[in-house]
Amino acid sequence: MNDGEILVIDTEALVTEVLKLKHQNYRLVQICATKTGEGYELTYSFGKDYEFVCLRLNIKEGDEVSSISDIYKPAFLYENEIHDLFDIQIKMISQDYHGNLYRMKTKTPYK
Amino acid sequence: MSVRSIVPFGPQHPVLPEPIHLDLVLEDEKVVEAVPSIGFVHRGLEKLVEKKDYQQYVYVAERICGICSFMHGMGYCEAVEHVMNVEIPPRAKYLRTIWCEMSRIHSHLLWLGLLADAFGFESLFMQSWRLREKILDMFEVSTGGRVIFSVNMIGGQRRDMDAQMLSMFSKVLDDMERELREISKTFLNDYAVQSRLKDVGFLTKEQAHELGAVGPFMRASGIALDSRKLGYAAYPDIDFEPITSQVGDSYARCDVRIREIFQSFDIIRQAIAKIPEGEVAVPVKGMPSGEHFMRVEQPRGEAIYYVKGNGTKFLDRVRVRTPTFANLPGMLETLKGCQLADVPILILTIDPCISCTER
Repeated sequence: MNDGEILVIDTEALVTEVLKLKHQNYRLVQICATKTGEGYELTYSFGKDYEFVCLRLNIKEGDEVSSISDIYKPAFLYENEIHDLFDIQIKMISQDYHGNLYRMKTKTPYK
Repeated sequence: MSVRSIVPFGPQHPVLPEPIHLDLVLEDEKVVEAVPSIGFVHRGLEKLVEKKDYQQYVYVAERICGICSFMHGMGYCEAVEHVMNVEIPPRAKYLRTIWCEMSRIHSHLLWLGLLADAFGFESLFMQSWRLREKILDMFEVSTGGRVIFSVNMIGGQRRDMDAQMLSMFSKVLDDMERELREISKTFLNDYAVQSRLKDVGFLTKEQAHELGAVGPFMRASGIALDSRKLGYAAYPDIDFEPITSQVGDSYARCDVRIREIFQSFDIIRQAIAKIPEGEVAVPVKGMPSGEHFMRVEQPRGEAIYYVKGNGTKFLDRVRVRTPTFANLPGMLETLKGCQLADVPILILTIDPCISCTER
């Protein structure tokens, strides 16, 4: 991948593509969810030195996504956050808070 | 046989200026695991982008945090400017650089004071914060505010600094540098300070990379990365190198931050010497359409501003990945194996900002 590239992939290819980046010594930079018309866009960003690349999934409401927290340990925080605030179902998070990472009275997810 | 117990730490704790909760799993006095919970000051600021247009959102971005308010505003503006292909005037770039480095000095001095307070060195705490007051005074003179500055706008800056003000700042920085040299001797050489910081809370270079650590926390473990090198504001014209340490303990984090303050003095002097004359803002036409990830080096590390525009005045998404959020996994790692009494200091050594983390 080139610096700054956003590669759109299928949900099933996520783990494979993430493993490829892991083997190329990229670190996880962030995971971000964006509401789109029919569902969500999930963007996984990775960095190596000053290089910055992204993988993108387009998912529908109710779709499940595999966790990458077994590959990148810090992913558990981003994945719990995305689950809490966007109600995106993420399978097999290494440390799953089941909706309680954000301890607040306001009802989430935001719809 | 050791006894296993769980001790709740926070959300309210004398060493924490802001609330975060940790469940500490202990074996006798030794921490074997720490489980964080956040959300006590979550304000839904990213969600607010649905109600505020892209110009108004500058003021929301500034309010993500009271320490890095300038940099949050600037990072957001730079992201939107990139999406809209707006080139800000050279003088505005230099002004951004100067205010950014003032923010870094402010933040690091605040952290040094909190650290001294945490290990009970009250006079050192007061000396650090006395010095910090001078930076706040400089902010007040140049922006009119001491916490929220509102000088950023899409397309440049709202305020300028004249030659007389810049010359005065230069003199103040000379005085501050002299005084910081005295204080830093105590921070780096005093026996009591060293006994609390040295050989405590190690994070190796490999762990820092693996856990996605950023900023001084990462650089103290030997990774020479600094987002200022990516070339935003006037940093391409400034001569500087990332400051690192190969040690990776709490003392190294303190050492790196102190050296970064001296580096910020130097960067401001370079910027004052090179700042060109001219306008400080350009008019902006049209609406943002497209997306961009902007990376900015805040005092606590790399912050990422993601904006996605749809051609209307309301953005589809603003996402801020703050440095403290990225440093939480690294912090949890440093806690493993430490003594319960060291937990407050170790949490402080990542310089946590919970307002940033929760937005």
